[in-house]
Amino acid sequence: MASITMKDLVKAYGNVEVLHHVAGEIEDGELIVIVGPSGCGKSTLLRMIAGLETITSGDVKIGDKIVNDLEPAERDIAMVFQNYALYPHMSVRENMAYGLKIRKIAKDEIEQRVQEAADILEIREYLDRKPRQLSGGQRQRVAMGRAIVRNPQVFLFDEPLSNLDAKLRVQMRLEIRKLQQRLGVTSIYVTHDQVEAMTLGDRLMVLNGGYVEQFGTPIELYNRPATLFVAGFIGSPSMNFLPATADSGILKFGKAASIPSANHAAGAVTLGIRPEHLVHDDAGPIKITVQMSEHLGANTLIHGVLEGTDTDFVASMLGHVTADPGSTMSFSALTENLHIFDAASGKRIEG
Amino acid sequence: MLKRVHFPTSLLPYLLVAPQVIITLIFFIWPASQAVYQSFLIEDAFGMSTEFVWFENFTYLATDEQYLGSFGRTIFFSVCVAFLSMSAALILAGFADRIVRGATTYRTLLIWPYAVAPVLAGALWVFMFNPTLGIFPYILEFIGVDWNHYLNGNQAMALVIFAAAWKQIAYNFLFYLAAMQSIPRSLIEAAAIDGAGPVRRFWDHIFPLISPTTFFLLVINAVYAFFDTFGIIHAVTQGGPANATTILVYKVYNDGFVGLDLGGSAAQSVILMFLVIAMTVVQFRYVERKVEY
Ligand SMILES: Nc1ncnc2c1ncn2[C@@H]1O[C@H](COP(=O)(O)OP(=O)(O)OP(=O)(O)O)[C@@H](O)[C@H]1O
Ligand SMILES: [Mg+2]
Repeated sequence: MASITMKDLVKAYGNVEVLHHVAGEIEDGELIVIVGPSGCGKSTLLRMIAGLETITSGDVKIGDKIVNDLEPAERDIAMVFQNYALYPHMSVRENMAYGLKIRKIAKDEIEQRVQEAADILEIREYLDRKPRQLSGGQRQRVAMGRAIVRNPQVFLFDEPLSNLDAKLRVQMRLEIRKLQQRLGVTSIYVTHDQVEAMTLGDRLMVLNGGYVEQFGTPIELYNRPATLFVAGFIGSPSMNFLPATADSGILKFGKAASIPSANHAAGAVTLGIRPEHLVHDDAGPIKITVQMSEHLGANTLIHGVLEGTDTDFVASMLGHVTADPGSTMSFSALTENLHIFDAASGKRIEG
Repeated sequence: MLKRVHFPTSLLPYLLVAPQVIITLIFFIWPASQAVYQSFLIEDAFGMSTEFVWFENFTYLATDEQYLGSFGRTIFFSVCVAFLSMSAALILAGFADRIVRGATTYRTLLIWPYAVAPVLAGALWVFMFNPTLGIFPYILEFIGVDWNHYLNGNQAMALVIFAAAWKQIAYNFLFYLAAMQSIPRSLIEAAAIDGAGPVRRFWDHIFPLISPTTFFLLVINAVYAFFDTFGIIHAVTQGGPANATTILVYKVYNDGFVGLDLGGSAAQSVILMFLVIAMTVVQFRYVERKVEY
């Protein structure tokens, strides 16, 4: 078991810098999710920790040892790849035993550890099959099995569930979480799926364009997003953003609408309100011209534009709510549920 | 229900395949059938009389020491050529696969030998190993080897093996490199994380995963060594000294065009033809089938 420290990590391919001064500490036994849109550098960061990419500058520490120049094998890590990367010419048993065999562990101990891992993952009956004779979900388990038999200090996951169907993904997500808690191994999990990130991580590192936008618990990210990007990325449906002007505790937006706020910001800002924080209120300041509604059963999403503007707006109402296209609906929101960001930099402005 | 597509019948498709059919008929079927017919004849050296003898040419070959010796030499030659050129290609491909920068330059350079005509390749090796002028005999003298492939049969054999293998490396290299590059990168990375070093990764993963290519190349190289090395042998040793490098194809030429034993030569070429057919069948039966890991 070990902590991981990333210090000022930079990755450049030629002249192109794809990761800019990434820093963060991962505590022993913690599960960290690195999340961000495609191409933001998640895999690159993970592979630098694994030792599969060189580090341009900065340090990676596992435990209290700087591992920058160590081979992947010497870092005592295990990785689960998106395409599983099982050895196609070896049986499931051989796949799982391979790393132990290389470390010259005694035959009966290998067998015992493989059996144990197979029991945990319920793949005992497939031990003699080749990977191509397994379904996607079973392959995924084998890949996990190969990681856990090694009993490493760190697990690294690179989008391990993205090839599975939605239902299996939810199930495997829970299993990975349980397994990780049971084994207590420090883990880094990469995904671009924000739901997966929110449910799985002790803490989330949100990456965007090679920059760390925010690093914190799921609730922190949801309640106090540090930037516009995080605010829009975390939560589903996404937060609504309205251009607004702040002036001594009053936010003016849209066509002559305004809402009081406890924030001292002044000048041009972006006002963010989550769809689920809108309250239907005929006297509310936020007036929307309804375009369509989606009925999801437990709630209804009302899509429209802010009255008199073309700013898109979504409201999420509990239960079944009818709203005719073309009609106007009014909403209000609690002051504490208003997020205010600097219009130019996109940074959150705290009360 | 499946709906078939019907094309209106016309002459065009026949016209389009006609050139290929005509070429095959004139340059393959006709000479091949002539060879089969000739193999049943015995002709005197002056072409004055011919006699139809059924399989006598074949039964004679089966007991002819020289022919059987040539058969053994051909097998030895082919095994050496295939092994040498494939292992050299495998090593080169293994290194080229790890290179990221300048890969295309290496690849282009390594492919050049394949574009050299066999006779020229042979001439090249003759020059390099010429006992009086060549650079290699000069170097070999320092380690106490007295090189003269005009006199020493084993050295002559070694020389044609090297020349033939060298020419085939490029071809094998291309196939091996393509096979290696089709192995997913993450698989090799997983092995690296599991603790396997480069050599171990090669033998445990890369080599087994490219085994279909190895089998394919084995057949191709055998066919090459059996039939395509005539030019090299002709340029380097002319089958000598004392028949030490007379492999089957060369013997066909020698007996037929030099010895003027047309019937015997035809019988030999019929045997070779069946060998090619057999190897092709092996290839189609086993190589084309999807190989199971
Ligand atoms: N070998 C390379 N040479 C140059 N640029 C590269 C190389 N590998 C990756 N990149 C760039 O680095 C950036 C980050 O890539 P990375 O694979 O880490 O993205 P990612 O966040 O994992 O995306 P995804 O969710 O699609 O997997 C991308 O913009 C990519 O184009
Ligand atoms: Mg990725």
